[in-house]
Amino acid sequence: MKKYDAIIVGAGHNGLTNAAYLAKAGLDVLVVEKNEYIGGAAVTREMHDGWFYSSCSYVCSMMRQTIHRDLNLTKHGLVLVPYLGTVVFADNGDTMASYHSEEAEYNQLRRRSPHDADAMFRFQTDLGRYAQLIRKTLLRTPPNPTSFKPRDIRELLWLAKEFWSLGEKELYEYIRFFTMSAADFLDDYFEDDLIKAAMASPGVIGTALGVYSPGSAYILLHHVMGDVDGNVGAWGLARGGMGAISNAIAGALQEHGGEIRTNAGVDKIVVKNGKATGVVLDNGDELHSNIVVSNMDAKRTFTQCMDKNDLPAGIYEKAKNFKIRGSSGKVNIALSGLPKFNNVADNRYINRGGQGFVGSMETMERAYDCWKHGRWSEDPFIESVIPSAWDPTVAPPGQHWMSNFVQYCPPQLADGPWTSEKRDAFGQTVVNKLERYSPGFKDLIVHMEVRTPHDIEAEIGLTEGNIFQGELTIDQLLFNRPFPGYAQYRMPIKNMYMCGSSTHPGGGVSSACGANAAREILMDLKRPNTVPEDDFYDE
Amino acid sequence: MNSMPDVTDPFAGERLKESPFHPRQAALNLRDAWSSWNGYKFADYYYDEEYEYFCIRNSCATYDICPMQKYILSGPDAEAMLNRMVTRDITKLKENRVTYVCWCTDEGRLIDDGTIFKLGADRFLLTCGSPSLAWLRKSAFGFNQLHITDMSDDIAALSLQGPTSCEVLKKMGLQGIENLKPFCISHFPFAGSEDTPLMVSRTGFTGDLGYELWISPDLALEFWDALYRAGENYGIQPYGESATNMARLEAGFIMPGMEFNEALKTIHFQYDQTPFELSLDWLVDFKKPHFNGRNALLKERDQGAEYTLVKLDIEGNKPAEESFLYADEDCSKEIGYVTSAMWSPVVKANIALAMVKTSALKSTIWAEIYYSKELRHHSKVAKCTLQKKPFWAPERARATPPAAF
Amino acid sequence: MQTYDNIIIGGGHNGLICATYLAQKGQSVLLLEATDGLGGLATTREFYPGFRAPVAHSLSHFSETVVEQLNLLKHGYTPSSEVLDTIGLNLNGEHVVVSGEHISGVNKADQQTYADYLVLLKRFAKMLKPFWLKTMPRIGDNSFPDLMTFGQLGLKLRLLGKKDMGEFMRVATLPARDLMDENFDNDILKAVLSWDGLIGSKMAPRSPNATVLNMLYRMSGKHHGAHSLPEGGIQNLISALHNAALDAGVTVKTGALVKRIVIKGSSSGLAATGVELADGTLISSARVVSSADPKQTFLNLVGANNLEIGFTNRINRLRCDGYVAKLHLALDGAPKFTGLKNPNGRMIIAPKLDAIEFAFDDAKYGEYSKSPVMEIIIPSMVDNLLAPKGQQVLSAHVMYVPHKLKGGWTDEARQNLYQRLIDTLESYAPGIRQQIIHGEILTPADLEQTYHLTGGHWHHAELSMDQMLMMRPTYEAAQYSTPIPGLYLCGAGSHPGGGLMGGPGHNAAKEIIGAKKEL
Repeated sequence: MKKYDAIIVGAGHNGLTNAAYLAKAGLDVLVVEKNEYIGGAAVTREMHDGWFYSSCSYVCSMMRQTIHRDLNLTKHGLVLVPYLGTVVFADNGDTMASYHSEEAEYNQLRRRSPHDADAMFRFQTDLGRYAQLIRKTLLRTPPNPTSFKPRDIRELLWLAKEFWSLGEKELYEYIRFFTMSAADFLDDYFEDDLIKAAMASPGVIGTALGVYSPGSAYILLHHVMGDVDGNVGAWGLARGGMGAISNAIAGALQEHGGEIRTNAGVDKIVVKNGKATGVVLDNGDELHSNIVVSNMDAKRTFTQCMDKNDLPAGIYEKAKNFKIRGSSGKVNIALSGLPKFNNVADNRYINRGGQGFVGSMETMERAYDCWKHGRWSEDPFIESVIPSAWDPTVAPPGQHWMSNFVQYCPPQLADGPWTSEKRDAFGQTVVNKLERYSPGFKDLIVHMEVRTPHDIEAEIGLTEGNIFQGELTIDQLLFNRPFPGYAQYRMPIKNMYMCGSSTHPGGGVSSACGANAAREILMDLKRPNTVPEDDFYDE
Repeated sequence: MNSMPDVTDPFAGERLKESPFHPRQAALNLRDAWSSWNGYKFADYYYDEEYEYFCIRNSCATYDICPMQKYILSGPDAEAMLNRMVTRDITKLKENRVTYVCWCTDEGRLIDDGTIFKLGADRFLLTCGSPSLAWLRKSAFGFNQLHITDMSDDIAALSLQGPTSCEVLKKMGLQGIENLKPFCISHFPFAGSEDTPLMVSRTGFTGDLGYELWISPDLALEFWDALYRAGENYGIQPYGESATNMARLEAGFIMPGMEFNEALKTIHFQYDQTPFELSLDWLVDFKKPHFNGRNALLKERDQGAEYTLVKLDIEGNKPAEESFLYADEDCSKEIGYVTSAMWSPVVKANIALAMVKTSALKSTIWAEIYYSKELRHHSKVAKCTLQKKPFWAPERARATPPAAF
Repeated sequence: MQTYDNIIIGGGHNGLICATYLAQKGQSVLLLEATDGLGGLATTREFYPGFRAPVAHSLSHFSETVVEQLNLLKHGYTPSSEVLDTIGLNLNGEHVVVSGEHISGVNKADQQTYADYLVLLKRFAKMLKPFWLKTMPRIGDNSFPDLMTFGQLGLKLRLLGKKDMGEFMRVATLPARDLMDENFDNDILKAVLSWDGLIGSKMAPRSPNATVLNMLYRMSGKHHGAHSLPEGGIQNLISALHNAALDAGVTVKTGALVKRIVIKGSSSGLAATGVELADGTLISSARVVSSADPKQTFLNLVGANNLEIGFTNRINRLRCDGYVAKLHLALDGAPKFTGLKNPNGRMIIAPKLDAIEFAFDDAKYGEYSKSPVMEIIIPSMVDNLLAPKGQQVLSAHVMYVPHKLKGGWTDEARQNLYQRLIDTLESYAPGIRQQIIHGEILTPADLEQTYHLTGGHWHHAELSMDQMLMMRPTYEAAQYSTPIPGLYLCGAGSHPGGGLMGGPGHNAAKEIIGAKKEL
């Protein structure tokens, strides 16, 4: 019977990246995927004739360009296009565009608040400083602070050195920044509520925290530390949808001789004598391998795909307590034309970017309050993008596809389980809000797909539909991710690893988790390392 | 608040603001050589940068300083607030006088430089190159009897520089202008008004005889026309960013983004500068009451700055732009870098401002210069000589009344 | 003019402690208190003829080191050997009672887990305990003592063992809710155990980062966080501190409001040289030690013109809006809580974590809660001097009541809040309304007024992660010395923070004396 060197469970972008690097090192690898398509949450699917939705993730900025280049992803069809301009909408109808030119952006802010226009320079500088340090850690394995191994001590010292190089003042500011709320952080810079709301919104995307919750400032950074071609904070679209990323990585994997099997959901990871030996598929087939790498989130891996008795004491509980909270919904809409928004000029450079329906700091926080009560807000925060305005391949000419990411949407409702009626009502809430800012919007709708956390979990397998495979709070970051003592991609079972976003550096289409895990696996197998060092931009 | 610009132009939000002098300047900007400054459309040059530069040195020329940031600070606490913010003692500043100042972070790193005009006992005008309102507000915290108004868009200003500038203003009817001393302010009637809506300060950024002229934006065009009528036979010409940069380098003035990186916009630790590094020690007054950064600056003064900004006279005629500096001709011991460099057309010298490690100032300095000849790139090593005085400092710039051109 | 070695601003417990330590070293110390009583928030004051109560109504982590070193027992301090039960009230009388290591009113599983939970938390608390009485190192400063403190912390962490060290680094920043959900089933128990991590702050059960540290901080006391009252109440402790101060030779002056700290300049910089009182009296001293909150100290007493701009703004941005109101009731007898024999514990009204969370949500928007949560004790049961015979005082901390109420604290707003509180109490202790002789409510705005306390915040500044440890109140002032030579801080706005603990007063004195070892 065939025995693979490695089986990777889940063909999301991190699983594929991990497999590609293992295959590149000469390992015989198999990626098994429960769906009939690959990509996990980085997918493009034709949900309506001629419309190709990036059903889940929809924009990209964290993709490690080192990996893009190293795996030759361009050759495999990946083109990342930066998009310009995002307009944010306030409750009172005010809008604020984000302009490409620094001078136009400055004038725009100055029209709202001369003070804030100036403060923005310091804000961007400070964020840049914070991002710069974090970015250096993305393609590195976190040290284990409890270990005395030379490698861990070396990494800890490296981290300490990087922190120290900030200088005393900035070091304090940095620690402070890491622990505070987006709202408190922004209060130190800005006075205008819409500017604050616009800046705060990345702090809550995908997370079960509000803008007033301590810790949301870091999440803000997590969303803006990416870059497109060195432009930190810029966002890009994958030409052909987010699936293009997964397909390109799959192409690299296959080029190196790796194998992918779809419609092959894993029922159990098999453990014998304390070692992972393969997987049993949903259809009962057992596949054998020397190592098993789970790209599933930590909770799903340990509480659903493993036998509790196979696990060392306490691991099941750790996994159960792993915070992976569904907080977001997604509404994909096919449109017969480009929607027009109130108070947005007919300016191709801004009205084809994104839309941020932030309302105000309070509106966003109140939406979070609703989530705590187990219901969605009637006035949710929506982050929208119309990729078809930039990418000719995702909708018929002249027609459009709009991605609407909705914060917040509870995984369980207070009034009972999700039903299709409730899902429709949730979708309607979103459409109603869009109609409010874009009269006639409803008439443009050709097709609509609504995804609640419940739906995302059912299809993609992300527990509660959490986009990060686990909350990005300090207790689950760096050497705490997913659990203390297991942050170096090795799991408590011998020959078993994790490579998904439940591991450092966390969520986002970065490929970093997969690559980092591959480096650790190859080290254990005493194979030459195929994973490149990050040659990040020192901006 | 309506945040939308003019709705008839869908791209209005993208476009740069136009200065009150724009219609006249646009007509003369034959090359459409525009760049930008603080959100304003701003001329890089109008016709030819060297021609404009020679107008500054030979006749006179105007530079649009409308985009410069201007703040009025008024109230009983204004002086105390400013005095705590800047390193110079402005309690010594008399009314209708101007002084050049700089201000620092708590750590003594340079945030920006600018000028303070004392307009009245408790009324000051602060001008500077970059937006500073956020820092002003932070500096004002704790000073309650103080009002800060951002007048950047509400005062139009032209800098008139060059040997014939005084004569032109005389021709314009500014009585007694020849008696205005450097760094002094005077007010003049204009447009038949009994009031004195025109403020003139004998200041500038060229190291030459020159004035800065301040007026309400609604009088801007009328003022321009009057000035250009008066200057018609005195070679008046608008000049842009490029000529300014030449003139200020000859005068040895520092420029943000060239000689220093504004501290609040600096990402890397200590990639910004201190006044001591920039040879601005003369601006730091340790005898005055407490001011921001004092402790850090005192420490720096006692320990000595790591770098020192120096003026270099470099052999040959190839500008040492972006050159590294070395202590030896073999270029093995790096001691600094050039911040600005040019061939000075009036001095006929190859000049530069450079940051040199203070410890290496005594050694001979060599610059590795890259230049190209018909697309082919070359490099050479040239000997540099330290220069103490500004490259260009004519007597007329200081004399009152200035000698006739 | 008289000159002292030290002038201490503020006669709260930290001011008293710091003064006493300094005086014990033979230094001359003048302590100035603005109000007529000593003790700050722990001052027992008469709120109705015959009825008295302090704002701070119980002890949980008063430093044993301070008790010992200042000989407080000799000076009359009589700590109770008994701790107060913490009682999570239930409308039907099915209360959860936490009594030291035992709990009742919960299922077996919770009882079992509680034992393990307590062991782990005690280990963490024990590890941290020495650091509350240590000056936090200045990061970026590589001087030997600072590196030692870091090294010690690292060592202590390692001594926990691999597993617990990892767990500590995870648990340290957990929101209370996650910690509770990981361990317990009973809603009231979860709320009650979270209480001490939340009270006094603008944090709710779902707020990450600082709650657990707050709990561990309060567990540093003799009874591992269990509350108690000395015999004779809080006044007993304050009197002992006062006696100790007098005995050590501290000159104590009450009713002496400091108008400003006198700062003099010289070529080497500024220095604090004394204070000016509200009546214009100038008193000079080698050092000024302020136990007033950082905003008061720097922004009002020192003045921005004497400080750096960045520093001033860092002090200004300190979050110190109080969210706790104080309710005092004069009762004609002991209140009868449904199903509770004797209200002699610390009773908490918070039926579940979400009740706390939702009360907090209202406060976020500047409103007080529709369903307030609170902690109640009847201090007159311990100290019979607080109320006439047969009558009682009810003292309650009410969360979350914002300092900045939307629309401001009008009499009407105060009255509405009062009625809401009485309604809530009535549902747990039917008939209490009829027992009330008099009631008063002290909002954070009132506390600010009465106690010269910015924002009316108990802890002088929010005990959130970004304002703790070496960041309290901000760097350059986190080692009790300040950017102004001769000016020191010794109040709750400094590490380790507020509560009747004494850490800041002790640590500041230690810094001032410059002792290498424990005092």
